[in-house]
Amino acid sequence: MTAVEPDTAKPEGFVDNDEKPVGYGRMLRKEDPRFVRGLGKYCDDVELPGMLHLAILRSPFAHAKINGIDASAAQAHPKVKAVITGADLAEQGLAWMPTLSNDVQAVLATDKVRFQGQEVAFVVAEDRYSARDALELIEVDYEAIDPVIDVRKALDPDMPVIRDDLEDKTDNHCFDWETGDEEATNAVFDKADVVVSEDIVYPRVHPAPMETCGCVADVERVDGKLTLWSTTQAPHAHRTVYALVAGLPEHKIRVIAPDIGGGFGNKVPIYPGYVCAIVASLVIGKPVKWMEDRTENLVSTGFARDYIMRGEIAATKDGKILGIRTNVLADHGAFNGTAAPVKYPAGFFGVFTGSYDIEAAHCKMTAVYTNKAPGGMAYACSFRITEAVYLVERIVDCLAYELDMDPAELRLKNFIQPDQFPYESKTGWVYDSGDYEPTMRKAMDMAGYEELRREQAEKRERGELMGIGISFFTEAVGAGPRKDMDILGLGMADGCELRIHPTGKAVVRLSVKTQGQGHETTFAQIVAEEIGIPPADIDVVHGDTDNTPFGLGTYGSRSTPVSGAAAALVARKVRDKAQIIASGMLEVSVADLEWDKGSFHVKGDPSQSVTIADIAMKAHGAGDLPEGIEGGLEAQICYNPDNLTYPFGAYICVVDIDPGTAEVKVRRFIAVDDCGTQINPMIIEGQVHGGLADGVGMALMEMIAFDEDGNCLGGSLMDYLIPTAMEVPDWETGHTVTPSPHHPIGAKGIGESATVGSPPAIVNAVVDALKPYNVRHADMPLTPSRVWEAMQGTLQPPI
Amino acid sequence: MQVPAPFEYERATSVDHAIALMDRLGSEARLVAGGHSLLPMMKLRLANFEYLIDINDLHDELGFIRVTDDEVRIGAMTRHRELLESDELAAVFPIFRDAEKVIADPVVRNRGTLGGSLCQADPSEDLSAVCTTLNASCVIRSGDGERIVGMEEFHVGPYETAVADGQMLTEIRIPVRAGGSSAYEKVERRAGDWAVVSSGAAIWMDGANIADARVGLAAVGPNTTGIPGIAEALAGQPPSDELFAQAGAIAAASANPSTDMRGSAEYKTHLANELTQRALRRAAARAQEA
Repeated sequence: MTAVEPDTAKPEGFVDNDEKPVGYGRMLRKEDPRFVRGLGKYCDDVELPGMLHLAILRSPFAHAKINGIDASAAQAHPKVKAVITGADLAEQGLAWMPTLSNDVQAVLATDKVRFQGQEVAFVVAEDRYSARDALELIEVDYEAIDPVIDVRKALDPDMPVIRDDLEDKTDNHCFDWETGDEEATNAVFDKADVVVSEDIVYPRVHPAPMETCGCVADVERVDGKLTLWSTTQAPHAHRTVYALVAGLPEHKIRVIAPDIGGGFGNKVPIYPGYVCAIVASLVIGKPVKWMEDRTENLVSTGFARDYIMRGEIAATKDGKILGIRTNVLADHGAFNGTAAPVKYPAGFFGVFTGSYDIEAAHCKMTAVYTNKAPGGMAYACSFRITEAVYLVERIVDCLAYELDMDPAELRLKNFIQPDQFPYESKTGWVYDSGDYEPTMRKAMDMAGYEELRREQAEKRERGELMGIGISFFTEAVGAGPRKDMDILGLGMADGCELRIHPTGKAVVRLSVKTQGQGHETTFAQIVAEEIGIPPADIDVVHGDTDNTPFGLGTYGSRSTPVSGAAAALVARKVRDKAQIIASGMLEVSVADLEWDKGSFHVKGDPSQSVTIADIAMKAHGAGDLPEGIEGGLEAQICYNPDNLTYPFGAYICVVDIDPGTAEVKVRRFIAVDDCGTQINPMIIEGQVHGGLADGVGMALMEMIAFDEDGNCLGGSLMDYLIPTAMEVPDWETGHTVTPSPHHPIGAKGIGESATVGSPPAIVNAVVDALKPYNVRHADMPLTPSRVWEAMQGTLQPPI
Repeated sequence: MQVPAPFEYERATSVDHAIALMDRLGSEARLVAGGHSLLPMMKLRLANFEYLIDINDLHDELGFIRVTDDEVRIGAMTRHRELLESDELAAVFPIFRDAEKVIADPVVRNRGTLGGSLCQADPSEDLSAVCTTLNASCVIRSGDGERIVGMEEFHVGPYETAVADGQMLTEIRIPVRAGGSSAYEKVERRAGDWAVVSSGAAIWMDGANIADARVGLAAVGPNTTGIPGIAEALAGQPPSDELFAQAGAIAAASANPSTDMRGSAEYKTHLANELTQRALRRAAARAQEA
């Protein structure tokens, strides 16, 4: 046998990212050894003795009255343990549950179904196959009702009322929302040299995480304690909601979020399936597993976007932007399941003024119910900032088109200036920090912007279609200050607990939960930076309500801004105590000690020093401690952020379009992000890469469409396309660092920046390429067919 | 996880065994080869068959590519990957490699078969268009023996072929003529997607002039069909962009696509034209090189 020699030579340009910093810096992710070996433990890997399987019967109709359900044949199936309908749940008062937006949603439909894929009944059986087979045996007597599918007609007086479960409901109106100053905005529009208007649609898309949603519910028969292994981004918030919905005492509920295969917001809401599994385990007294299949995930769980926006921008003729206003029609589906802070029904859409210093802004929004799946945020959108950034970055490009001005120049001319921070926007958002021009210039330098424009001019001469698209975005992430922000009355703070073991190793417990973001590494590095223990020696515990402090979870890029601050501050609290103990050990006053990342030494005499491990042993050991100091070396805090953090970035996309087939090729993508202090640049790059790929998907191919009967046309990944490695270029990433002034380590969120910032860059590039065809705007998804129609001047909005 | 309804399963050990099983089990039985169309349909419960007869063990018998001077024979169990990687096949009919490069993804190509693709008879399926372009014949075997049908007869309608219950496609045969080459062009929304439209072209040269030409389109109507008008327009002419533009116009006129998520009927008609021209140009260039 010939031994194969491992190839140890490092390729040219190789960057060793396996440095092991004590603190910030590149290091391989601590969680990856289990993932790359296929040894992650997901919900579907949970196997318990006697565990049963739950399958959900879903409505084939978008809108239909339920006249009756005959479950007798299913109940007679030899492997079926229970069949439960909405009527059964109604008897227990469990047929309806609150959504995260203070609406209600049916757990199982009782009166009628309101979207295709809605939960109607469930079967619990000995195995998944039998549960699924038995669904075929349930007879539901549906009486079809005309569905409300066209969002533009939802408020027409002759439309059927979807939400007749709500008292005195006579139309499909969901809510109205307004922000900014209408009068002031109209005034600047009246005086402007140029006003540009465009109808801009952000179609319904789906987060489509690789792992679908599901859970295992196990109600212990003796003490009645529920353990729920669940695909949740917010285990603590879910536990409280279960306590409120099901009336279970909160201390008798333990929610465990094991490894999660992607969330993107899809795993923030509580879905009927979780409640069904809990009910089933309560009723039957055995553990019950429910895992969605792919179709169920795509047709019934939290969608994203679905905004029809009228964007208007007013400017002087030399390109000074004066005002932006917008009218939005928002499709919220059958139930308002938006997961956003309560006072923000449109999420943080109010930041639609973008990165520009303008005189006035106004937004008016109407949200409606339609016979489509509920949801209303999700997909890495930072609470609707995706829609806001798309609107402003598209309409700014429309203005550049009308002024015949370079879109980079137009942006540079209108940026909020560094000395204006903290900057209060015309819609009341206080941008904490920013220095936009260097970031923009860096992206332009990396792209070789001038050269690209020259190349484009040459190609246009030859009839070739090349486009350069820019977007400059500002995000608002890290919800949020408890004075303004709560979800169902729960403040959006996060706890953190740090314990140093006697031997100097540590465990840090978080309230947030990774779905792939790398918390086990990032949080170990944050603590390492503060306390001087190597990340490898710090165990990060998360995703288990019995073993972590309370907090609202991971979404809206909030982990580092909120929980990351908590981790830094709890470490400082422990370090302060360690310093007191060290002063006793070295017999000097606290003020005479100097911190040296991992040890304290006497000022002026570095030989007189004790390490954190020495201190930890002392804290747990024999002998006296300084007066008033308890034994042990641990602390817990709850962090309430002062403000959101405002990361930003400049993205430049280069596309080529085949003039004959209208196929778009993303040739280059340059992304310069500023998320303040960087903890692990490799993880940041990974987050950016993923978000950019999401952006390619949304811009070019993704859309959850419906036919006129309300049939979802995106029920599989053959129909709902997500991009592959073949559709994305080699990303070119860069960064600038503008620390957040109010965050303890100056960090800002990064998880969603690329998803927010990339779609407008790509669409702007495609539209720029089509300039020879006089195209000023084209709605996503820019499939070859839609690009060709734009070239013919026949393109219609996608909805 | 999507799970299919209950079914019984048996592995066939020979073609005769498979046919005997089909004869015995009747219309509730289906052959499973690569399984990349049938199994997803069963998991979605769009198709529920009582019996599956697994013919993957017949790969030795039916997995072959035999190239002779006047004919290429390809066994029905030949996998996409084998079609993609065969230099011998690419030398005679480069259209196969063109098409296989854009069919699904490597995982599907490792398992999916020529026979399975043709028998699925999806109107957007690429190998059907390739076989139509090349005027392939299909060998169908049953308990009563073999019969051979052309592609136009083979395709009855969307998802319907001339292969009846108890019958099995065993191989395809493609005539080899001197002076020919071929090419395939496809537009898809994303790598691995079904064709928005694709076009195959084959050209046989006689000196400087085109002796014969064939075009096969996918995803522009219920069936993939050849377009006789193109052969008539091109025969006896020297290849030129103007000539191929004429052929493209004929292809577009013969297309009858419908609007769906992959694209509008107008766009697909345009593609029938554009891709036909591209495929003809490439096929002609290859024929002239050879």
